[in-house]
Amino acid sequence: MPDLDKLPEAVIEGDWKVAAAVTQAAIAAGVTPLAIVTKYLVPAMDEVGRRFECEEYFVPEMLLSARAMKASMEIVRPLLVATGAEPVGRVVIGTVKGDLHDIGKNLVASMLEGGGFEVIDLGADVAPQRFIEAAATRHANLVALSALLTVTMPSMKTTIDAFETAGLREKVRIMVGGAPVTQQYAEAIGADGFGESATAAVALARKLVAA
Amino acid sequence: MSRLHEWLEDGLLITDGAWGTQLQARGLAPGAAPDTWNLAHPERVEAVARAYVEAGSQVILTNTFRANAVAMEGGLEAINRAGVEISKRAAAGQSLVFASIGPTGKMLMAGEISHAQASAAFAAQAAALAMAGADALLVETMSDIEEARLAVAAARTTGLPVIVSFAFDSGKNKDRTMMGATPEAVAAAMVEAGADAVGANCGVGVEYVAPICRRLRAACGLPVWIKPNAGLPKMEGTAIRYDTSAEFFASHYAALREAGASFLGGCCGSTPDFIRALVTARCASS
Repeated sequence: MPDLDKLPEAVIEGDWKVAAAVTQAAIAAGVTPLAIVTKYLVPAMDEVGRRFECEEYFVPEMLLSARAMKASMEIVRPLLVATGAEPVGRVVIGTVKGDLHDIGKNLVASMLEGGGFEVIDLGADVAPQRFIEAAATRHANLVALSALLTVTMPSMKTTIDAFETAGLREKVRIMVGGAPVTQQYAEAIGADGFGESATAAVALARKLVAA
Repeated sequence: MSRLHEWLEDGLLITDGAWGTQLQARGLAPGAAPDTWNLAHPERVEAVARAYVEAGSQVILTNTFRANAVAMEGGLEAINRAGVEISKRAAAGQSLVFASIGPTGKMLMAGEISHAQASAAFAAQAAALAMAGADALLVETMSDIEEARLAVAAARTTGLPVIVSFAFDSGKNKDRTMMGATPEAVAAAMVEAGADAVGANCGVGVEYVAPICRRLRAACGLPVWIKPNAGLPKMEGTAIRYDTSAEFFASHYAALREAGASFLGGCCGSTPDFIRALVTARCASS
C-alpha cells in the first residue's frame, strides 16, 4: 500500500511527479478514484487555498499546486468517468472578448477541476456566442467569465446580455472575476456571483450549483 | 551624469495619466486593442498625448503597451514606430517621450511561453521603439520578476535609459505583486538587471503607494517611478467610473515626493485633470 498521505503533501508542495506516482500506486493498490479525489485531492487544494488566503502562498505556489493536482486528476478522471460518477458541476470558463489575459482564468480553471468540476475551457478572447454555444452543447450549469483589463470589463456585461437575448440566462449561473472586477460591478451587470480569488471562486461555484 | 539624472536635476518630473480610458472616450470600442489605433486613428491618439502635454506632463508615454509579439500580432513594428512618432509630434520638444513596454500576459513559470520567446518579443519591441526615437524605455505593469528581467535586458541593448515598474496589488497591505514579490525583492532584482529606475504603477490606488515608494527607494537608491490608478473602477449604469478625484489624487503629491518619488503621474482612470492638479500641487508646495 502506498503512503497516501504523500499525495496531499505533494499537491501542497507543488510536486507533480510525486503526485502522479502516488496516484498510480494508489489505483494499483485498489483505492477508488472517488476516494482519491474526495479524501486527498480536495482537502489538499483546500489547504492550498487556505495558505493563499493567509498570504503564505501567492500565484506561483498556487500554479505549482494546481499542476500537481492536475497530474493526479489526469490519471483519476478517465476512471471516474468509467464508473459513471457525475461531476460536481459543469463549468464553461473563458476570458471575455478583447482580453487576451488568461493567467487568472487558468488558475481558476485548475482550482475548479481540483474541486471536482468538469471544466470546459474556451481560452482567451472568447466572443459571447462561443460561451453560449459551449454552455448549450455541453449542458453546463455554470459559466465563469474572466477579465484582467478595465477596458474589457464591459465585455462581461455584453456576454451576460447575450445569454439573456438567447433565452438561456435562466439555464446557467454566471460568475465573474479578475483583477479589476468588484462585487459591486458583478451586481451591476447582473452576474450571479463574484470571486475575489481563485479559492473564493471554487467556494462560490460550489454554492451556485447547490442553490 | 546619466541622461536620467540630467532630466531629474531640477527635481521631480510630472508624467502623464491613463491612455486606454482616454481613447475609449474618443470612440475606441471596449475590448479593442488601443495600440492598433496608432495606425487606424493616429490623430485621436495624438489628441490624447497632446492633452497631457498641455496639462503639464513633462514626460509622456506611447500607446504601445500591448505591442509585443506575445500579446498581439500583426504589424507590430509599424504600430510601435507610429506610437513613438505620435507622442513625439504631440510633445513637440516640450516633453520627453518614454516608450511603454507592457507584460506579455503569459506566464513563464507555467511554461506558457519560453524565456526565448519572451526575450525575442521584448527585443523586437524595444528595438522598434528606440529606432523611432524614444528618449527612454519604460517596462511597466510587471508582476513577475523573471519576466521583467528579460524585458529590462532586452531594453538595455538599445542603449536608452530603462525604467521598470511593477503593479503592487496583492496581499493584505497591497504591497506585493500578483506573483508575491515585495518592493525589496523587486528593487534588488532590478538593480541587478541593470535598470536605471524602478517603480510602481497601476495597483489599487494612490493612498497605498507612498509606503511602497519609500521601500523601493530605501532598497536600491535608484530614482523611483510612481503612477498609481485612480482607485478601482466602479459601474455607473453602463459606464465605468473611477472613484478617485483629481484633487484627492493630487493631495498625495507632498507625501509621494517626500517618500522619494522622482517621476509622478497616474495610471488607469486618471485624466489630464489629474496632471493639472499635480502641477498645481507642485506649485503650492515649492
